[in-house]
Formats: sequence, C-alpha cells, structure tokens
Amino acid sequence: MSLLSDLLNLNLSDTTEKVIAEYIWIGGSGMDLRSKARTLNGPVSDPSKLPKWNYDGSSTNQAPGEDSEVILYPQAIFKDPFRRGNNILVMCDAYTPAGEPIPTNKRHAAAKIFSHPDVLAEEPWYGIEQEYTLLQRDVKWPIGWPLGGYPGPQGPYYCGIGGDKAFGRDVVDSHYKACLYAGVNISGINGEVMPGQWEFQVGPAVGISAGDELWVARYILERITEIAGIVLSFDPKPIHGDWNGAGAHTNYSTKSTRSDGGYEVIKKAIEKLGLKHKEHIAAYGEGNERRLTGRHETADINTFLWGVANRGASIRVGRDTEKAGKGYFEDRRPASNMDPYVVTSMIAETTIIWKP
Amino acid sequence: MSALNDLLNLDLFDYTDKIIAEYIWIGGSGIDMRSKARTLRGPVTDPAKLPKWNYDGSSTDQAPGHDSEVILYPQAVFRDPFRRGSNILVMCDAYTPAGEPIPTNKRFNAAKVFSDPHVVAEEPWYGIEQEYTLLQKDVQWPIGWPVGGFPGPQGPYYCGVGADKAFGRDIVDAHYKACLYAGINISGINGEVMPGQWEFQVGPAVGISAADQVWVARYILERITEIAGVVLTFDPKPIKGDWNGAGAHTNYSTKSMREHGGLTVIKKAIEKLGLRHKHHIAAYGEGNERRLTGRHETADINTFSWGVANRGASIRVGRDTEKDGKGYFEDRRPASNMDPYVVTSMIAETTILLKP
Repeated sequence: MSLLSDLLNLNLSDTTEKVIAEYIWIGGSGMDLRSKARTLNGPVSDPSKLPKWNYDGSSTNQAPGEDSEVILYPQAIFKDPFRRGNNILVMCDAYTPAGEPIPTNKRHAAAKIFSHPDVLAEEPWYGIEQEYTLLQRDVKWPIGWPLGGYPGPQGPYYCGIGGDKAFGRDVVDSHYKACLYAGVNISGINGEVMPGQWEFQVGPAVGISAGDELWVARYILERITEIAGIVLSFDPKPIHGDWNGAGAHTNYSTKSTRSDGGYEVIKKAIEKLGLKHKEHIAAYGEGNERRLTGRHETADINTFLWGVANRGASIRVGRDTEKAGKGYFEDRRPASNMDPYVVTSMIAETTIIWKP
Repeated sequence: MSALNDLLNLDLFDYTDKIIAEYIWIGGSGIDMRSKARTLRGPVTDPAKLPKWNYDGSSTDQAPGHDSEVILYPQAVFRDPFRRGSNILVMCDAYTPAGEPIPTNKRFNAAKVFSDPHVVAEEPWYGIEQEYTLLQKDVQWPIGWPVGGFPGPQGPYYCGVGADKAFGRDIVDAHYKACLYAGINISGINGEVMPGQWEFQVGPAVGISAADQVWVARYILERITEIAGVVLTFDPKPIKGDWNGAGAHTNYSTKSMREHGGLTVIKKAIEKLGLRHKHHIAAYGEGNERRLTGRHETADINTFSWGVANRGASIRVGRDTEKDGKGYFEDRRPASNMDPYVVTSMIAETTILLKP
C-alpha cells in the first residue's frame, strides 16, 4: 500500500496554492460528528474569512427531505494532521437558511453566555478530562478483552504499561501528537482504570474555545480509530458490573477563583451548583444514571456533595487549591458523552450570572 | 497502518515549542510501573525545573478513595525513545500532600543513604545485571516454548543464535538502542541460559542514579514488550524444575576498593555483608527462595558464601580483581524483581556506614 501512502502524503505546496478545508459539524444525535471537504484558493487562518457552506440535513436527522439544506457557519480553524501542509479542519455550527440555529446547535446559546459581560470579565477557564473506550470493531467488545470473557479485575490498568495491561496506546499517542499539531490545547493523556479505556485532557481553554477544542479533539480521535480499525465509544458505562464508567470531568476556574481569596469564591460557586444539581445532571449526558452509582469513583446521581481530594464526590477541590487558598475545582458529574458547549456554558451561567 | 505511524512519528519541532513529558512512578506492588503524560513548554532537561504532579493513588493501591491524591516529585529526566524530538521521560517518586514519602517510596531512604558524607566520599559504583523472561501473551508461557510442552534442555541457549535457540531478539535489541537514545548507561545484553530469558546490564552508575536508570530501563523494556505483543516478567523462578531462575546480580565498588590495596577493603566489605545476610536476603526480592536453591548457578538462600570466579557463591569476586589487588565484587543474591533503590542503598549502608 505504499503507493497509496505516497499519494496520501503528497505535499501539494510546491504544485498549487490550493488548500483543502474539512468542514466538521455535529449531527442529529448530538454526539455523532460529520465532515466533508472542499477546495479553497489559498491558505486561510481566520474563520471569518471562510465561506459558509451547507449540507443535507435530511441525511443526519436535522432537516426534512423537502427542505433539507442546513447552513454551516465556520467558527474555529485547526491544522489538519491527516492532510498536513496548509490544509485545515474547520469546526462549524449549523443554522437554517433563515439564519436560526437548528435545535441540535448548542454552540449558539453557549456563545451568547460566553459573551455576557459578567462572564467575559471573569475569564472562565476550562480543563476537560475526556474519557473514552476503544472497542474491537465487529464485536463491539473492548480491545484487549478476550471474546466471550473478561480480563482480570481492575487494579493493574490505571496508567499501566505492558502487553497485558495497556491496549491501544498507538491510538492514544498518535492522537496526542495529532492534536498538538492541529493546535488543540491537549494537556495530557493517561490509561484509565478499566482496561481499553483511556483519557485525554484539553485545556486550560477560555470560554467557548473549550467546547470547540474538545469537539475537534473528538473528531481527530475518531478519525484515528478509523485508521486503526477500532471503534470509539463515548458511552458512560460501556460494560455493566465491576468496571469503571467513562466521564468528562470538567475543571473550572474564573478570574476571581484564581485570585487571592479565591477559595471563598469557589465555595460560593459550589453552593450555587448544589442548588441546581438536578438541572445540571439533566444536561450532563444521556445514560449517566448507569455511571453515577456512588461506586467506582463516582458520587450517586441523586446526591450532591463536594470534598477536597475526594474522588467519590460530585465536585472535587484539589489539595493544592485548598493550600494556596485559590485555584479551580473539578465537576466530576458530566458523562463522557456530554456536550461541552452545554456543560461549560451552564457552569458559567450558574456560577457567574445566576442569582439564587 | 502507516498513516498511524506517520502521526506517531510526527516531529512537532516545526509547529510548536510544546513538549510531552511522561511521568513514571512505581505502583502499589513495588514492582508495577505506571505512567501518564502531560504537555509542557519545552525543552526541559533539569528535573528541578519540572513541576510536581499528582495521581489517583486509590487506583494503584497507594491511597484511600476519600483522600486519593499522591504527589509526584520529578527526580531524573531521560529522552523519550518512543516520542523522540524534545519529548522526555521523567522518573518520579511519590509523597503524601503533606510531603511525607508514601510507604512504597523506597527512593527517599536510598537518597538519604547516598547523601551521607561517608558514602559520598566513597563514590559507590553499581553495575546491575537485570535478567527477565518474555512470555507469550494470553498463555503466560515463555516465548519460543511449545504451548503445552517444553523446549530441549538448557545448553544451547546461553548467548545462542538461531531461530531454534534465541527467542525475542527484536525486543532485546530495540531496548538496547532505545536505552542508549534515552541516555541510560546500558552496558550490554546477552541471551540467558533458559530459552526466552535475557539480560541487560546498566552501569557503572554512581549512587542513586544506578537505581533511577534501572527503573527507567525496566519501563522502556515493558513499553517495548507492549508494542511487540509479548508479556514481560521479572519473576525470579518463572518455570519450576531444571530451568534457571532470573536474578539481578549487583556489581559494586567504592573508591577504596578501586584503589591500591582495594582487595583487602573488598574482603572486609564481604565480611560485613555476611554478618547481615538474613537482613539483606529479606530485602532482595519476593519469591527468591524459589530461585536460590544452591543449584542453577545460585547459592542456597540460607548460606552465605563467597569465592573468586565462583558462580555458585553468594558473592563472586572476579579473577581480574583478584589479580590486580583492587576492583569490584558481585552480589549474586538479588532476585530479578528486587528494588534497586533498596539493594544499592543497603549494600552501601552495610559496607560503608555500619560498624559490625
């Protein structure tokens, strides 16, 4: 297949000014990513200079057949790690031809919240810990797991190494470099407690860019699993029983929490989140009740509690934040299949804008 | 999968000044290694300039769930042979948030021994011969061995060549180059007496760095076996019966031993070791009683003996040391699963610090 590789890796910069732009959007389930590519006349690095585009919404459950055009508005540009050169990935959100955000477009409302003057003043930072599970393609059983059976119990796999403990590292490591190349602010990776499960972190990112970067990181990950012949799952509890679920812990801070006296601001913020626990939980991902059981390093879905260094709590405050008297906190409730536009903006809204 | 390789091998130098640092630590069993990665502004080569980090100790048997943070202190930096570029491996040890070494942190005590002025003055050198066995995944039977049976008896395998005598050389040779690349002082490799068993040597290394290098060499080895789809074991007697065990012979010298009249110093040191035989044996690796039987080039675990060129002794002095009247000696008692922090510091403590 080396001739195919040669073609895939062709560096067109010497032959043409043209550039390929892959437009990415979120499909009708709110979790499926879609993309298609178009040729542009030259390199572009500013999303406002990119043309709007459109797609067949009737094929993604986002428009009726007789009025199927959905318009794509480019919102963020990243370098394309697959095509490299001057080629780009473009994260978009979706609108009706009349200019209204379609129902699955959660970015629009998030952008409104993040441009609220109170929120802007607080400069909210996010660090999102995206967990995910890799599955063998045709059987949808986690990679490294024996077919028809189970691996040895959890214990050796968290940050583990070795052919009997870490499955799929090639996917994880190529994703890390691909994201750095693309310009996604990926801050780390680790093997998770359940074998075949991994985590990457994006952040710190400010405001709406956290959501953009996480979605593009998810896109890059699924493109890489496609190359590897493996299936990607963001299901929050992929395997029933004594196996950890998958979450998207969201670390959060504002200007005030990062400044002197920030610890008090943090406690007030956590209090507000506690008062809106049910609303947040409803928006924190489908199927989360299978994951938030109170076991496997989670807090029960109906309980709101917080603690320092407590991984069994809804909200965890790190020891260094406690010691420094300022810093950030971790909302451990979101599931791996959460929409980061929803979660990040809701946390900002509840803690900054909302008066109880 | 060459597209995956292209991503894995991406040289990010032209795109970002960010580097990836893989923080490595020893888990709750005292022999399992764990690691996770983070992005830093680079390049960095001095461990003192690296940030402390933390991990979930409740997932590695090193902390309870309600107070799970264990702090990682960077101690030694090596080049990352897997990610290359300016990316690094960071050997760490583990502390409570209050700054106390956790019980499995054996480096802390070793560092104390190695900074004692008497020990510093003696400049202790170590050369550690790490033996290990490679096992087929899923069946946990040595590679090259027929499943459900045994290979021909020991004889042809020690330093052997040929597909019927040497199994897994790719791993051994890749490890050799990877360690040299990383900056580990790997001094050699050889095929061992039992088929599927190999040895590498690290040294000479001074004081605490001997153990840092052995642990990182072990880490690199297990990462390589992970790539090769093979399982690594440091069990000291992997196969019962007429098959050699696996040790970690530790060669040792001090300034006084390396100088004129050193042989007398060596004999005195061996005497002191003899008086503390039981104490050392207890710290020389779990399961060593299955290996130190008095057969298969070992001395019986309850007997302390030494001799020139004697592979059946607890301590062996080389013929060239005897001839020169100075040099080093080899403690053959440590098992392959020994902790080099414990063994190297204990030998220094017994021979330099303790008065019998």
